[in-house]
Amino acid sequence: MRTLVKLDRESARARHELDGKIKGDAPLARQTVEPQDQKEGQKQEHRQAGSACAHESAVNHVSGKARYIDDLPSPANALHIALGLSPIAHGTLTALDLDAVRRAEGVVDVIAFADIPGHSDIGPVFPGDPLFVEREIGYAGQCLFAVAAQSLTLARRAVALATIRFDEQTPSLDPIEAAAKADFVRPPHEQCSGNWQARLDEAVHCIEGELDVGGQEHFYLEGQACVVHPTEDDGVVVHTSNQHPSETQKLVAEVLGIPLHAVVVEVRRMGGGFGGKETQASPWACIAAIIARRTGRTARLRLPRRDDMHLTGKRHPFHNHYRLATDEQGVIQGGDITLIGNCGYSPDLSDAIVDRAMFHADNAYSLGEARVVGYRARTHTASNTAFRGFGGPQGMMVIEAAMDDIARRLGEDPLTIRKRNFYREGRETTHYGQTVDQRGLLHALIAQLERSSDYWQRREAITQFNADSRIIKRGLALTPVKFGISFTAQHLNQAGALLHVYTDGSVLINHGGTEMGQGLHTKVCQTVALELGLDLDEVRISATRTDKVPNTSPTAASSGTDLNGMAARDAAIRLRERLFDFAAAHYPDFERADMRLERGELIVGTGESERRIGWGELIQTAYLNRVSLSEKGFYATPLIHYDRTTGQGRPFYYYAFGAAVAEVSVDTLSGEYRVERVDILHDVGNSINPAIDIGQVEGGFVQGMGWLTSEELSWNDKGVLLSDGPATYKIPAFGDLPPVFNVALMEGHPNSMASLYRSKAVGEPPFMLGISVWSALRDALASLVDYRQAPRLDTPATPERVLLAAQRLRTSAF
Amino acid sequence: MTTIDFVLNGRQQHCDIAPDTSILTLLREQLGLTGTKEGCASGDCGACTVALSDNATQGYRSINSCITPAAKLKGKRLVTVEGLSAAGTLHPAQQAMVECHASQCGFCTPGIVMSLFTLYERVRHEAERGNTTPPDQESLEATLGGNLCRCTGYRPIRDAALAMFDLDAPHDVVQDTVSQADAESVTTDPTEAPTPGSDAAFYLRPQTLDELVTLRRDHPNARLVAGATDLWLESTQRLKPLSRLIDLSGVDELRKIDAAEHAGQQGWWIGAGITFEALTPWAHAHFPAFAHLLHRLGSQQIRHQGTLGGNIANASPIGDTPPVLLALDAKLRLVSTRGRRDLPLTDFFLDYKRTALADDEVIAAIFVPQRPPEVQLKVWKLSKRREDDISALLGAFYYRVEQGTLQDVRVAFGGMAATPARALSVEQALEGQPIDAATFAQARAQLEKSFQPMSDARGSSDYRQQAAANLLERLFLVLTSEDEEVMLHAYAR
Repeated sequence: MRTLVKLDRESARARHELDGKIKGDAPLARQTVEPQDQKEGQKQEHRQAGSACAHESAVNHVSGKARYIDDLPSPANALHIALGLSPIAHGTLTALDLDAVRRAEGVVDVIAFADIPGHSDIGPVFPGDPLFVEREIGYAGQCLFAVAAQSLTLARRAVALATIRFDEQTPSLDPIEAAAKADFVRPPHEQCSGNWQARLDEAVHCIEGELDVGGQEHFYLEGQACVVHPTEDDGVVVHTSNQHPSETQKLVAEVLGIPLHAVVVEVRRMGGGFGGKETQASPWACIAAIIARRTGRTARLRLPRRDDMHLTGKRHPFHNHYRLATDEQGVIQGGDITLIGNCGYSPDLSDAIVDRAMFHADNAYSLGEARVVGYRARTHTASNTAFRGFGGPQGMMVIEAAMDDIARRLGEDPLTIRKRNFYREGRETTHYGQTVDQRGLLHALIAQLERSSDYWQRREAITQFNADSRIIKRGLALTPVKFGISFTAQHLNQAGALLHVYTDGSVLINHGGTEMGQGLHTKVCQTVALELGLDLDEVRISATRTDKVPNTSPTAASSGTDLNGMAARDAAIRLRERLFDFAAAHYPDFERADMRLERGELIVGTGESERRIGWGELIQTAYLNRVSLSEKGFYATPLIHYDRTTGQGRPFYYYAFGAAVAEVSVDTLSGEYRVERVDILHDVGNSINPAIDIGQVEGGFVQGMGWLTSEELSWNDKGVLLSDGPATYKIPAFGDLPPVFNVALMEGHPNSMASLYRSKAVGEPPFMLGISVWSALRDALASLVDYRQAPRLDTPATPERVLLAAQRLRTSAF
Repeated sequence: MTTIDFVLNGRQQHCDIAPDTSILTLLREQLGLTGTKEGCASGDCGACTVALSDNATQGYRSINSCITPAAKLKGKRLVTVEGLSAAGTLHPAQQAMVECHASQCGFCTPGIVMSLFTLYERVRHEAERGNTTPPDQESLEATLGGNLCRCTGYRPIRDAALAMFDLDAPHDVVQDTVSQADAESVTTDPTEAPTPGSDAAFYLRPQTLDELVTLRRDHPNARLVAGATDLWLESTQRLKPLSRLIDLSGVDELRKIDAAEHAGQQGWWIGAGITFEALTPWAHAHFPAFAHLLHRLGSQQIRHQGTLGGNIANASPIGDTPPVLLALDAKLRLVSTRGRRDLPLTDFFLDYKRTALADDEVIAAIFVPQRPPEVQLKVWKLSKRREDDISALLGAFYYRVEQGTLQDVRVAFGGMAATPARALSVEQALEGQPIDAATFAQARAQLEKSFQPMSDARGSSDYRQQAAANLLERLFLVLTSEDEEVMLHAYAR
């Protein structure tokens, strides 16, 4: 459940004390990891936390040995499942005649709503997501029935034989209209600090604007997939490409009407997730599980790309409106921001997603006395869901648009306006009451990037270029990111791990997080290797399984390493302490206080009195002396809380920062553009693996750029998705990589909070660096009217939108 | 069932397949080789990329295995990702990917490795012949433009593509256990054509044009397979059974480019079965703007398979080459057992996806007249993404300037009507007129009257209308302000 937990006074005090402890100089607070690349000669032999070692599966990736769900072998009699999708977006299902489907070649089983043995609603937080349509159709592509056949092709061909009758009704597709009619999947929420109305009434400048922010298809390269084996004791084993195995375990058990212990969910890796496999990987597992139980045969369900795109939800499109009061200098004094999230037909995670958009409507700037209202509009499209940033990016677009607007109104450079508005002394509290720490880091980061990117020299050159060039216009923008780290649902901020050391000294670690390419398993192995003084090769991670580490949180909210790394570290520390206790008792003259594990040895003392015992020997001896070589670890994030009745609290453990400078060229006759150069400086605290972190920063940036440029979702007027494959939905390709792409991690600023080795989460924050490209496009367009106005540029800013914006400006200029 | 013998990762492979089996299905479902992935089953993502070679002396080319009929493997050599490290050591393309941290989720990785492998082999081959120029950005884009990666943002992949040449290659990349003679002795084609009118499934690859037209006559319901890059979508996306197939790729006559005179014009007969990749050097030499367009047509995997004749026969309103060929005043040679006829391309497209091709006819060749040296050709394609995207709009402009006036003007558009189409009234507005604002204003007015483009996922009607008008404006600027940049270098030529 992602509901937000209320804070009582008692626990507030306890947290306040703990806060002091963490920020003080207790051992936990001082623990950091040193960048080991810089220690000469140690790179090869010392592959632990802090080193840029390769992804744990890299060699298997490149040689084709890494197995994804559809690569798993299954018995020869395994069944393949295809789904019947609703052709209409809204209406009532009046008849579903599946006789011809049942009689089709190769078909073994066909199921629909009435065949669900247990719960039929699999809504992850709130109800509203029926596994199959019973009567009410909520979106085009909604699942009506499932066919299991001897091959996927036979199953897919059989699907087409169904006779479907329905009363079609006009779909609601406009979130603004839905909001006006108060047609919401969840009630609105408001955050308010101070007298925002007074600030607007007294405003020197009042800046108002609105913007449509488009959605985004996840386009994970591996589509949704699962394989379900029935077990001898009426349970199922589910292999799934899935960010949230525990939730799938729960839903499969509920749908089958069996206890959770009868369901094992295993995830070795995903071919990409990005949020699209947090809640939306479960339905397929539930359907395959029903068929596996009914037939006693292994059931495979892999969505063809087109079905995947019709069936599953996407990033929420938003409609944003803002009215902000600034002083003479363009510094925001207060204002009113409205965010309308297009949630699709059901709640899914939309409550928390719109909340996160609201939490990020300030980005790195103080809003002063402001009100932020978030609406969850219902429309007849697939239920929009988690996607890298979880609403944060859509919220940030409001204030980044406003920054450019303020700059044009005042005739200042947008960077000047941005810098004036940053959180600083005296303006350090967000509109939801959390103090922004590490403001110095933000200012230092911007100053460093401003220098390293030659922002001001390039600004001058671009202004000159644009004055001389009629058609090609260049644009430049620096945009910052401040992103809050933690699940805003408090209870999700926990993790477990299970550590085994075998008698040969090899180490196996399991934890609740899932690997989707982000390098989580690599970082967790590095953590265990560091704590036990071992090389990475001696630590292996196996698949995430609900029967090894139970009751886990989704791998989401950028929290994978923060939570699971801490849990794994906890397990490793516990085991290490037990080994030290044992060694102190077992070996004469071993001083407990002196002991350390380094480079595969237990070391005691220094100089002449130094004694060493090899890891293998230590483990053997411990085993023979009947010492347990297995440990479990646990971690819960301290401090965080949020009171939804007041809209105030501290929902985030800390913030991650970053900034990007993008330069673009725009052909204002055709709307075509090209990103010429990008400079990024990003804050990951102390990096646990710089190579993996850089990979997240770059990949996040390009994905964010795609969201705002070429990735356009389109539906027809009946609500049917038109962009339903890579031929019509264009994610960035190789040639979209900026020719000059300078990416660096901010150094010398460990996390001020006691995170894993003072590192910071890196999954989501860099996504929003892509906003710099959009802002640079607006900058280029603004040159058409001598920078007197910032054109409205809804996203994605396709060549079409850029061209039409340019045409509007040209017309308005004369 | 069709029987095929081919060389798979250096070993002889014998398979029985249904005519509509793709290489990807054969690999994953029949042979248990799951290293090659399905990302889209439509040839748009590259996750299924494998390397194919016609014989032991020819280099490998990347193709999308998801939309390539397995029957095309007959007598050929195929390398999949499993074949690259069969000997236990990683190929430089793989090693560089590991060292550059170029895989994250890893799902697109085997396809990227295979594209890099073909580049590595090509460069190595060139180096053996004394040409050691390292690959430039354009060749990297060509190699990798058809491989989507959702995780990395491509920078480490670019690094790997450059770094792999510094790594030592194993002598024989693919450990062949099959001698050249064995590979080539593989039987090519059975002549056991089914009796006309029978329902039997077949996949036939005739060797001569005569064989082809006879089969075409006897089996009017069979489908012609050239590159299969569009046809195969009927199988993977629309689940149509493709059970009777006639493959054109065995007919050598369809793959030639001959300089010739036709109806008093010098020019070239281009075989309809020539792939876009094979057409590129010719286009480079004679029509650079066309060559640049070919660089942006599909992906390299598609260009290795797709054919010029297929692009025409397909009659899509947004096919890339037809507007260019219309502007070049190309003619088609259609042949059947009844004989042959030559048809101007303008008369070929009748309506949306409907052509003048009779049931028993095939397109044999396309005649492209030579361009007098003073004639200009401009080809401008607009799409959401520069690489591997279908046009929202494509304009082709053919003209020469004589004493400040436009002469011999031909203008054609894709994406503006139900078929690729000449803009005759625009041509009239420009023909013989002085190059000035009034002439082009008149041309734009005619353009607006001539077309009512549709709205779809690639662009709205308004955008297409406006952008087409702006292409005329761009042409005006190109003609009047030669020193000024009026289009982005990335799209230029």
